[in-house]
Amino acid sequence: MHVPDGFINAPVSLATGLVAVAGLAVCLRGAQRELDDKTAPLAGLVAAFIFAVQMLNFPVAVGTSGHLMGGALAAVLVGPYTGVLCVSVVLLVQALFFADGGLTALGTNIVLMALVTAVVGYTITVLAQAVLPNVRGSLVPAAALGALVSVPAAALVFVLLFALGGNADIPLGEVVAGMTGVHVLIGIGEATITGLTVGSILAVRPDLVYAARRYRQDLAIHHAPAR
Amino acid sequence: MSGGHTHQLYVEHETLVHRLPPQCKLIAVLTFVIAVVSTPRSAVWPYAVYAGALAAVAVLARIPAPLILRRMVVEVPFVVFALLLPVISRGPRVDVLGVSMSESGLAAAGILLAKGTLGVVASILLAATTRPRDLLLGLQHLRMPQLLVQIMTFMFRYVEVVLAEMGRMRVARESRGFRARNLGQLRVLAHSAGALFIRCFERGERVHLAMLSRGYSGRLPTLDGAQARSTDWAVAACLPAAAVLASAAAWFAVGR
Repeated sequence: MHVPDGFINAPVSLATGLVAVAGLAVCLRGAQRELDDKTAPLAGLVAAFIFAVQMLNFPVAVGTSGHLMGGALAAVLVGPYTGVLCVSVVLLVQALFFADGGLTALGTNIVLMALVTAVVGYTITVLAQAVLPNVRGSLVPAAALGALVSVPAAALVFVLLFALGGNADIPLGEVVAGMTGVHVLIGIGEATITGLTVGSILAVRPDLVYAARRYRQDLAIHHAPAR
Repeated sequence: MSGGHTHQLYVEHETLVHRLPPQCKLIAVLTFVIAVVSTPRSAVWPYAVYAGALAAVAVLARIPAPLILRRMVVEVPFVVFALLLPVISRGPRVDVLGVSMSESGLAAAGILLAKGTLGVVASILLAATTRPRDLLLGLQHLRMPQLLVQIMTFMFRYVEVVLAEMGRMRVARESRGFRARNLGQLRVLAHSAGALFIRCFERGERVHLAMLSRGYSGRLPTLDGAQARSTDWAVAACLPAAAVLASAAAWFAVGR
């Protein structure tokens, strides 16, 4: 769900806007390091991919369906900087062209759905990779764990922002409990799809997955035994 | 640029609102929404001014009301949250249709809905009166980083290609008898997402090579849209001026 206008008050929106601008500036530099002059076409197409994948609905319970947020997935596939950039561009386009998420809430949305999900998702994935055995298959549970944590993390930051600048008087403790509970469930869905998607890409083009670079093996030269 | 396809978001007309330079419209909408968001809590009447101003723009731009209403569905999840707000909020309670609700929560939900809806309608009007390509040029005029504008341009140009690709994959799935009935079938959808990513990435690489072979060196030739004249800015300022005045008057009334 995108945060609309008026949800978070003006000072907090301004603060998140500044954080978002600073974050985007860092990511623009980082993405150029990751992709060089390929940045524009590749980041653009990955953003189109995220946009499309967010439309892939799956049934959660009777009558309700969920979709992927994609922050953790993007970070694992194309690297944290490019991932944040792609999700942010999707949010920009959604706010400007599709009225999805308010213009004054754009900073909040970028902080929550691009920065928090991608950074938390990627960090957890890398930490899990360090613990798991050093084989390519370990990335699947690691990415799933990253995605699982990224969703409630974004929900918690949202509650924090809402407590700081929300325009309603609600019991904070209960909201934290409720939001975390619901978003752990959503996170399980996110984790399942992220893990399975990363798995299927690893099976076909492991060289495309950014977080799988550590498993890359140098070509080894074996000499034929002398006769 | 992305002129090859006519986008369904844009409503073709030749009106004053359509002709305004995109950078003026962007700033006007942004200022309008900021004024709406910073309305004091206790004031109610400014919302009538805001809604009236937006309605005037819609009439001037000849955007039909049903179209605006249809596009407002993006707001639905947020409406659900706003409806829950009075139930979970604290404070003195009142009974509405047999449900105990918090008075402050009810007021907060009303304000939230009003502000959110005004923001959504303002964005819809912007998208309906400005071609996506022009909107990107407008962002460029407003000094948005060149690389970010390029990425947005590429995303916008290829999003329909990617969606069509996804549509073909869906047809392929369904013609083999697949229907997403339960969570067990997530695996199939995930494989589709994986295949889609590989196709997108490879298309990105092909596009990059095609650009290199046409002399791309990290910068796109910039097309300058119409330069905004001061009269354009003056016309565009009408909408936010009404909102800023209403918001400021409400603050003045609160201050006394």
